[in-house]
Amino acid sequence: MQSKPIALTILDIISIIVLGVAAYLSLFFAPTEAVMGQVQRVFYFHVGTAWVGLLGFILAAAAGIAYLVTKNMAWDRFEVAAVEVSTMFFFITIVLGSIWARPAWNTWWTWDPRLTTAAVTELIYIAYFMLRQGIDDPEKRARFGAVYTLLGGLSAPITFMVIRLFRTIHPVVIGSASAEAQGGFDMTSDMKVAFFFALFAFTVIFIDLMWNRIRLGQLEESVEQLKLNVAI
Amino acid sequence: MKTSSPSLLKATLAIVRKDLAAEFRSFEMISAMLVFSLLVIIIFNFALELDIKTRQSVTAGVLWTTFAFAGTLGLNRSMSVEKDRGCMDGLLLAPVDRSAIYFGKAISNLTFMLVVEAIILPVYSMLYNVNLFRIDLVGVILLGSIGYTAVGTLLSTMSAQTRTREILLPILLFPVAIPVLLAAVKASGGLLTGAEFSEILTPLNILIVYDVIFIAVAFMVFDFVVEE
Repeated sequence: MQSKPIALTILDIISIIVLGVAAYLSLFFAPTEAVMGQVQRVFYFHVGTAWVGLLGFILAAAAGIAYLVTKNMAWDRFEVAAVEVSTMFFFITIVLGSIWARPAWNTWWTWDPRLTTAAVTELIYIAYFMLRQGIDDPEKRARFGAVYTLLGGLSAPITFMVIRLFRTIHPVVIGSASAEAQGGFDMTSDMKVAFFFALFAFTVIFIDLMWNRIRLGQLEESVEQLKLNVAI
Repeated sequence: MKTSSPSLLKATLAIVRKDLAAEFRSFEMISAMLVFSLLVIIIFNFALELDIKTRQSVTAGVLWTTFAFAGTLGLNRSMSVEKDRGCMDGLLLAPVDRSAIYFGKAISNLTFMLVVEAIILPVYSMLYNVNLFRIDLVGVILLGSIGYTAVGTLLSTMSAQTRTREILLPILLFPVAIPVLLAAVKASGGLLTGAEFSEILTPLNILIVYDVIFIAVAFMVFDFVVEE
C-alpha cells in the first residue's frame, strides 16, 4: 500500500490556512455593505463554493467523455471525485444563498433560473449516485456513469435558458444585472480582495479534496483487488 | 460495411414493425398508459379544482405532467420486455448497426406516446370544454414527445440493466428532461392563452434545439450502454 504523498499533506495544511484567511477577510476585513448589512458577508463564500461546484460539474462531464474515449478507469475515479466534491459544494452554495435570500428577498427560496438550475443539478447528481449504486460490474458502472454525466452536463445549461424565460431576481454582481434583479451592489476594493481571495481559497480546497478523493478511489480499488486475490 | 447486412433504415423499420406488431396484438402497454393518464387527469381535477378560470392557465401543465408520467410507464415496459426474455441479446446479435436498435425503439416508444396523446387530447377537450384541436398545439406536442422519448429510450436502456430497474428510470429521466417539459409547457400554455407568436418562438426554439442535441448524443453514446 502506498503511503500518503507528502505534497498532498502539505496541500491539506495550505487548504486549512487559506480557509481561515478567507473567513477572516470576508467576516472582518471586508467593509459592511451599506444596505444589506452583515448578511452580505455570506456572499464571498456563496460565490466561492458556487464557482468550484460549477468547475466540478464541468470537469465531471469532461472526464465522462474522456472515459468513453479512452476506457481508462483513472478517468472514472476522477469523474466520481468531481461529482462528489461538487455535490457538496453546490449544497453549501444553496444553503448559504438561502441564508442571504431570507433578509434580502424576504424568502428562503424562489424559482429563479440560478436557484432552480442548482437544485436540478443536485438532483442529477443524486440520480447519478443511485445509478452507480444499482450496477455491480465496475466497468459497466463507469460507462453508464460517464454517459449520464454527459447528458446532465448538456441538459443543465438548457434548463437555465428555459427558466430564464420566466423571470429572474437573482443579482448579477459581476457584469450587467437585469433591471428586475434585487439585492445587487457595487464592490469596493476591500470587498474585491475578500471576494477574489475566497475564489482562490475554494479553488485550492477543491483541488485538495479532489486529490484526496481520487486517492481514496485508488485505495478502494486495491482493496477490491486484494479481496479477489484472497478469494482465489 | 458488409453488403449482406441490411441498411440502417431497413433495420430500424424492422424493429419498429416488430414492436408495433407485438403491441397491437395485446394493447398491454397502450391500454395501461391510457388508463393511467385518465386517472392522473381525474386526480388533477380534484387536486387543482379545475374550474373555468384556472383551467385556462393550468391545462398545459396538467397535460404535460400526464404525458410525462404515462411516458415513463411505457418506456419502462418497452425495455423490460426486451430484457426479461433475453430479447435484447437477440437484437444485439443481429448483424445490424446498433443505432438501428436505438432508433427502432425510440420510434416505437414515440408512436405509443403519440397514440395515447391522440386519445387524451379529445377526451380532455370534452371533459373540460377546452378546444385542444389545433394544428400548432399538435406540433408542440410532437416536438416535446420527440425530445422526451429520445432521452427516455437511452435512459431506459440503462435503467433496465441496473438492480433497481423500474424505480430508477423516472429519477434518471426527469432531471435531464426538465428543459423539454418546461419548454413544452411554456409553448403549449402560450398557444392556449392566445399569447403573441414572438412569446412562443423562444420555447419552440429551445424544444427544437433540445431534440436535435439529444437525438445526436443518444445516437453517439447508445453503443456504450448496450455493450456487454
